[in-house]
Amino acid sequence: MTSNQPIIRIQSVTKIFNRTVTAVDDVSLDIAAGEFFALLGPSGCGKTTLLRMIAGFENPTTGRIVVDGQDMQGVDPNHRPVNMVFQSYAVFPHMTVAKNVAYGLKVTGVANSEIQKMVPEALQLVKLGGFEHRMPHQLSGGQQQRVSLARALVKKPKVLLLDEPLSALDAKLREAMQIELVNLQKSVGITFIIVTHSQSEALSVADRIAVMKDGQVKQVADPLALYEKPNSQFCADFIGKINQLEAEVAGVEGKNLVVDIRGVGKVVIPHEGHAEGRVSLAIRPEKVELNAHEPGDERVKFLSKVANVVYYGSTSQVFLENAAGDQLMAEIRNRESNTATSILIGSEVWVSWKAADTLVLTE
Amino acid sequence: MKKARPTPLEYTRKRWFQLVMLFNFIFLYFPIVALVAFSFNNSRRNITWNGFTFKYYVKAFHNESLFDAFLNSLIVAGISTVVSTILGAMLGLALYRFKFPAKNAFDGWIHLPIIIPEICMGVAMLAFFSRLNITLGLFTITVSHIAFSLPFVAVVVRARMAGFDHSLEEAARDLGANQWQTFKDVTLPYMMPGVVAGALLALTLSLDDFVITFFTSGPGSTTLPIKIFSMVRFSVTPEVNAASTVLIVITLILSVGTMVIQARGGKDKGLPI
Repeated sequence: MTSNQPIIRIQSVTKIFNRTVTAVDDVSLDIAAGEFFALLGPSGCGKTTLLRMIAGFENPTTGRIVVDGQDMQGVDPNHRPVNMVFQSYAVFPHMTVAKNVAYGLKVTGVANSEIQKMVPEALQLVKLGGFEHRMPHQLSGGQQQRVSLARALVKKPKVLLLDEPLSALDAKLREAMQIELVNLQKSVGITFIIVTHSQSEALSVADRIAVMKDGQVKQVADPLALYEKPNSQFCADFIGKINQLEAEVAGVEGKNLVVDIRGVGKVVIPHEGHAEGRVSLAIRPEKVELNAHEPGDERVKFLSKVANVVYYGSTSQVFLENAAGDQLMAEIRNRESNTATSILIGSEVWVSWKAADTLVLTE
Repeated sequence: MKKARPTPLEYTRKRWFQLVMLFNFIFLYFPIVALVAFSFNNSRRNITWNGFTFKYYVKAFHNESLFDAFLNSLIVAGISTVVSTILGAMLGLALYRFKFPAKNAFDGWIHLPIIIPEICMGVAMLAFFSRLNITLGLFTITVSHIAFSLPFVAVVVRARMAGFDHSLEEAARDLGANQWQTFKDVTLPYMMPGVVAGALLALTLSLDDFVITFFTSGPGSTTLPIKIFSMVRFSVTPEVNAASTVLIVITLILSVGTMVIQARGGKDKGLPI
């Protein structure tokens, strides 16, 4: 087996529940060994079903799942080289922490002397050393999560599956765990597949993200590309915040596109690929600049009225309305203590952004 | 310091409420207390108190037919408890786990022995056994006891399983356990408080049962409640009181045991999450 062969190969997998509900619709994905991969999407998009099919708790209606070169068709969960961290942690309530971690080794007949050595190592790895004899009900949610992680990692799986692992933790702990997960993944070198509905979580932990909607994969890309170059209105809207303006393609000038934005006029923006008719122009709020005076060229610019200013501490969101009545939001950093208060509601400001930052979304 | 007036919902601190409670307790427990007290009464006629004695316990113990009836009760209760616990636990688990056609109808049917009057069940059992020409005796009593205890066990086990996190089983499978190991190591330990509580319930029901046993017992297969009943028909002697007291004590111990086990099982019910 060569190292560049994908560790997981999902080939046109479809899952239909009760003959009517299509949870996963013809999904094909290759996940490379050592990758931290995220399945991202709103609830009900089929991401968890896909994960459960990899784990073996659901069978694909059609299509194939290959793990480490081996077709998983008809292979029971207990014989698959993958392990899962459950959303509810699923720590066995009647076993101590050590017994929980040892369980997967014990049932598969690993020698006791080996187990005695591996369990403390695994607990050390998730920073739970010394918790061996605690019962699960004496642990916090975050600690139970670590037990669940240690229990899966001690099996040395080819792939670790994480089903919304951080959704039950409070915001501070979640952020800390995200960083810890990334470090853990780098140190053990195991492929991680995480299912999440939180775009910020996916962006911060994953090497590559698959955005899913209605059972289909809409886009697979690394976090930067996904954020900066979403391929559809859905992805643009789902990942972070974005402003969308309606526009009409007026012509093509070499590698540039001339578009007519409603209420703004004709603007030249760089764009590769084909576009015609009505398109949607998208711009990230943090790329929008506000000026009292007209900015220079090379920028898309127009006058707008300030509708509202919402203060968030490090940033402020400025809600704007242009001449055509279209809404826009700019996110500005509060560099000075009076940055937010200097923008008066009802006043007119120049809104502008680099033409190259404009996204042309055709679907 | 003067105590504050009871707040609107502090009923237990209100005088009229305390009186109602007292009256209820007297109404419920005075007959039992009297029964137990008079089992120590040193009088043949058992109408007036003549002094304390253990002699009727000794007499009851040496009453061969009473002792036989007690043994019969233990045999019937022992066998019916074991069988109904195993079958009932399996039924409870199946009802929790599987969806099958007409499940709701089936669910209703198994509750029938709990709901229908005991006398109907007794008559039905009698008709059933005589139709099949089965001689009435310990066997028929045991079978009927299994029939009416089984739903109780099933209901208790199923209630216990309602709080079970299914992903625990999936986690076990995921970690390499096969179906049997998963059941043995994960499902059964969780289920156990329900099973034990169900078993104790079945044991209590079987030991106490009069009506159904009355219909399904034959000559020479008298159980303790039936024997006590037949003794009372001649006269209420302290001996009867003594035998009844023994039955009460056994039932009480079993019931308290059930409650303790259920309460302890409830403690870890919320875990994990």
